[in-house]
Amino acid sequence: MFKSKVKIMQLAVTLLACAFLFVPIIMSVLAGLTANYFKGISSGLTFKWVIEVWELYANSIFLSMWLAIACLVCTLIIGLPAAYGLARHPGWLSRLLEEFISLPLAIPGLALALALLQLYGSMKGFRASWTFILVGHVLYTLPFMVRSILAVLASIDLKTLEEGAASLGASPWQRFRDIVVPNAMPGILAGSLTVVTLSIGEFNLTWMLHTPYLKTLPVGLADSYASMRLEIASAYTLVFFILIVPLLMAMQWASARAQRITQ
Amino acid sequence: MTLRLTHTAKTYPDGTKALLPTDLSVGKGEIVSLLGPSGCGKTTLLRIIAGLETPDAGSEIWFDNDNVTPLPVERRQVGMVFQSYALFPNMSVRANIGYGLKMQQLPKSEIEARVTEVLEMCQLQPFAARAITALSGGQRQRVALARAIAPRPRMLLLDEPLSALDASLRGTLREELAVLLREFDITAIFVTHDQDEAMAIADRVAVMCQGRVLQTGTPEELYRNPKSPFVAGFVGNAMSLRGKADGATLYLDGGALTLPARGEGQTVFVRAEDVCIGDDGPLRGKVETVTFLGTHYKIGISGITPDTIASIHAGQNAPKVGDMINVAIKPETLMLLPQEVDVA
Repeated sequence: MFKSKVKIMQLAVTLLACAFLFVPIIMSVLAGLTANYFKGISSGLTFKWVIEVWELYANSIFLSMWLAIACLVCTLIIGLPAAYGLARHPGWLSRLLEEFISLPLAIPGLALALALLQLYGSMKGFRASWTFILVGHVLYTLPFMVRSILAVLASIDLKTLEEGAASLGASPWQRFRDIVVPNAMPGILAGSLTVVTLSIGEFNLTWMLHTPYLKTLPVGLADSYASMRLEIASAYTLVFFILIVPLLMAMQWASARAQRITQ
Repeated sequence: MTLRLTHTAKTYPDGTKALLPTDLSVGKGEIVSLLGPSGCGKTTLLRIIAGLETPDAGSEIWFDNDNVTPLPVERRQVGMVFQSYALFPNMSVRANIGYGLKMQQLPKSEIEARVTEVLEMCQLQPFAARAITALSGGQRQRVALARAIAPRPRMLLLDEPLSALDASLRGTLREELAVLLREFDITAIFVTHDQDEAMAIADRVAVMCQGRVLQTGTPEELYRNPKSPFVAGFVGNAMSLRGKADGATLYLDGGALTLPARGEGQTVFVRAEDVCIGDDGPLRGKVETVTFLGTHYKIGISGITPDTIASIHAGQNAPKVGDMINVAIKPETLMLLPQEVDVA
């Protein structure tokens, strides 16, 4: 394996790249578990900081989870019928609509947030409620849901399947429930995981829209970096990792599965 | 159930006339085939009967004494077998077959009993629990048929039910389908572009071309007594003998042929099995191709008409390529048909 110089070069570059990616993560995790970071690891390992993060920011964690679930429900309610409609009526109008739904992907979160603030900022009750952040999250994550479902629906002969069900006596609603939703399931699953992951990790938009009483997980993270000691900020990062990494892995798995079906 | 269509037509929004005003009746328990080349409107006609296409105003579709024209497909109680089968990939074979019964809100025990009955009829018991993706093409075709028949529809509609199968399987399934349809004892309409399929399965065939039904009749009638050059060519591959007719004699490149009647302004057709190779024949041609087909040879002969004509030769020995041969065609086997006007 180490016979040729090319192989050695390849290995070296790979290892370097890995180190570049992993060392900061390991450092950060260690910092969150070290009793005193400035004295180094010799000061001992502790869960003290993690517990302190929990005490300080538990509300942020719960808010983020709540927001992610609410966001998922909203994107499903809007996204599934939207994707179905687009898949069922292909044409230039559908293409245009799809592009329009996807616009939030191209617009920076900050700009989107600013627009929301300009439009709704004066509505005090709405501005100060968690639903305001939810609107931002739904806007931002909806295209992922729609596209993911649309990709799966486009790969099956939806029209004929529905005609088949109709010839057997199924009403439009029964066709949607029995044929469309079950066959779109891989796309729905992949889209759902993407939406939850994005909603939990979203910072740009949320940072603009949040109030001091409504800090989500990433906003709390920024807050802890700015105002807490390094160990707490690092412990926070660790908590964030623990929440987001399993979600990311599940998302990878689900989208790989959906892709297999669309092929 | 009897089906009656009056003045049924379909014009697409862009002005394409997919189906010209058509009248068609199908008797109780009759199996009718809509036969024609692709784009002739046969599938459109089937979809109009099913309720999957809306016909033009003035069209009427009657199932027995019910005018079903305004009813959507889900309320017409028809069983449909699609070209791609349209089996639900999210359900097992059993659930697919039971779906129509579930839509009728029958009690679970009755659904089970009827699905089992249909599974047996179609010899699908071993596959009942399988996923659709785990079935072969022939098995899928049978599941599609079983699913369509299970709710006891008023009529069965089949859209090219065998065309998705490979050629070797198509032959055996053709006979199987003919037997099953008669066992079901149901009024059925099936669309095909394959004349052998139409002949093997149907009681009556409607030959379609360019949006209209040209001729309807039993397979024998269509074969022996075609009313137009298109039907003669499409059913039984009749060949046209292009030459110059003078009275009851047709002058061809390879000689003169006696016609059964005066032939001016008519097209003369003959089938390959009526072209006899023998020393006493009045026509002379050159052998171009010889194909051995087991029971007989198919011989392509040039020089008699501008096109090569085929002959079915049943003898033990066939002439060789390049031989000059004599050919006879009996006058009574010739078909004189009005010259083609606008039909292809």
